[in-house]
Amino acid sequence: MAQRVVKLYLAFVLVFLYLPIVVMIAMAFNRSALYEMPFTFDLVWFKALSTNERLLQASWNSVWIACINTVIATALGTLAAYAFARYEFRAKRLLQLLLFPPITIPWLIIGTSMLIFFFWTGIGRGLHAILLGHVALSLPYVIVVVGARFANFGPELEEAAASLGATPWQAFWRVTIPVLAPGITAAALFAFAVSFDQFVISYFLAPPGTSTLPVEIYTSIRKGFTPEINAISSIIILFSMGLMLIVARNYKFGGDN
Amino acid sequence: MSRVDILHVSKRYGSFAALDNVTITFNDGEFFGLLGPSGSGKTTLLRSVAGFIVPDEGSISFDGEQVENVPVHRRAIGMVFQSYALFPHLTIADNVGFGLDVRSTPREDIRKRVTEMLGLVRLSGLEGRYPKQLSGGQQQRVALARALITRPKVLLLDEPLGALDRRLRQEMQVELKEIQRETGVTAIFVTHDQEEALTLSDRIAIIDQGKLIQVDAPQTVYERPANIFAANFLGDANVFRGTPVKDGLKLADGTMIETLKAATGAAIVRPEKLRVASGRKKAAGNSLAGEITQAIYSGASVTYRIRTKAMGDVPLLAFIQNQTGEVLDTGTLVTVSWDKDQTIPVAP
Repeated sequence: MAQRVVKLYLAFVLVFLYLPIVVMIAMAFNRSALYEMPFTFDLVWFKALSTNERLLQASWNSVWIACINTVIATALGTLAAYAFARYEFRAKRLLQLLLFPPITIPWLIIGTSMLIFFFWTGIGRGLHAILLGHVALSLPYVIVVVGARFANFGPELEEAAASLGATPWQAFWRVTIPVLAPGITAAALFAFAVSFDQFVISYFLAPPGTSTLPVEIYTSIRKGFTPEINAISSIIILFSMGLMLIVARNYKFGGDN
Repeated sequence: MSRVDILHVSKRYGSFAALDNVTITFNDGEFFGLLGPSGSGKTTLLRSVAGFIVPDEGSISFDGEQVENVPVHRRAIGMVFQSYALFPHLTIADNVGFGLDVRSTPREDIRKRVTEMLGLVRLSGLEGRYPKQLSGGQQQRVALARALITRPKVLLLDEPLGALDRRLRQEMQVELKEIQRETGVTAIFVTHDQEEALTLSDRIAIIDQGKLIQVDAPQTVYERPANIFAANFLGDANVFRGTPVKDGLKLADGTMIETLKAATGAAIVRPEKLRVASGRKKAAGNSLAGEITQAIYSGASVTYRIRTKAMGDVPLLAFIQNQTGEVLDTGTLVTVSWDKDQTIPVAP
């Protein structure tokens, strides 16, 4: 009995999470622009999407910024986590504590302060500013996620490598990085997601005429919603869910691998 | 396969002296045990030889060549860690071959040597497994094979058997000793387990508070401890304190104890050297009258705690071989006796 209740509850949660997404994907394939029933299968919105230059350009911007952000933030963050785990230095504790506020400060406020700061320093607005903002935002996530991996990974493995004749460089690439790999992968996903989802900061830092996908979607909705948005969203959902499934299959998050 | 010389080495952490002017030589091919309580500096000494710690003062040399400024990876050491520190992402073969791989040894040679080493530690056939698929004893042997494959000048072992259960530990002790003899490598190991130190070592160093207390063969350290600390740390000891007189010690209550040679204020007797007889009898050599306060039967032997007037609050400890199957009850009045030759004067 209790088990049935638990199962029912779980089913309810999943339905609550996925139903809106399912509806959206379904509507991407519905011919009517006004969500009229009955459902008529049609690829008209995907065809429309393929000619919507603004939306495609924004998508490319988003993908590129997310990819570059992932590479930069993951590399920098992993090195920072390594420093936190392996070295003693002044104000280390304070620096570690300072990692958390940016995660909790509302993005609206961070976005505003970045806009002011970039304006004041002459960095200005544009894709480069958006990238800079995204890297700054995703760094704490990467450091925390990779740092968690270090928690059950003492210096013994690197010492063992050194005792066997490995140079510090060899020990880092052959032992530290592979052992951290699951953490680094998870952190990279976080960095990608933080950037790809990011609306507020991109909105503030995008100059007129340039935008990222979330910003473009927002603009389109204000002008009047078209199912083209459903079409691009469906593509993104399938892409990111596929990515997550591949990663989840290959790495056990949280577990020791 | 080298001789390691430690000369006047000191290491301080703030005001705490982890190593205090330590001078010691580890001979070529020797199996050497560093024994001491936690915080005594034994691990600091081992890690200084490895190169993980750079001493503040003094020199460390391998075969006469100073190495204090040589980084770990160029010292040609092998090390077995307490946690084994096997690389979790590599197979057993890749773990064992790691030391050769980082030296760009040809693949075929690595494979041959790995097979050879796994044979030595009796793990042939496990090449493709991962460390976490192995038992503790097997992991220990992989760690040993990995450390020995590069033919290190010196093999360092940090509490090598500490993580194993008792039975396995005894088995591994025998095996470790055999492998060391077979390879002829100079081996230094750290332990706080006295039985391990006695079983494995050719020589033992007793370390306390960063200082060497005694360096000798296990038998010498046990039978002729240098001071009370050494006597208590390696095995159990009955300690007599008193004023030195001719041929012995005069205890606080006036009892005379004859010692092996002139004492300076303290002497020890090992518990198994004592004889216990019920009743009041005059015995040859040293003897004390007392009352049994505790008797613990453990099969092969019986452990008695005996209160005596001469020792006051500290009971005498006696290990008696169980030859008759009888156990004296607590409260029995007894005579404890032992030979003068077994009464070893020690530094207080």
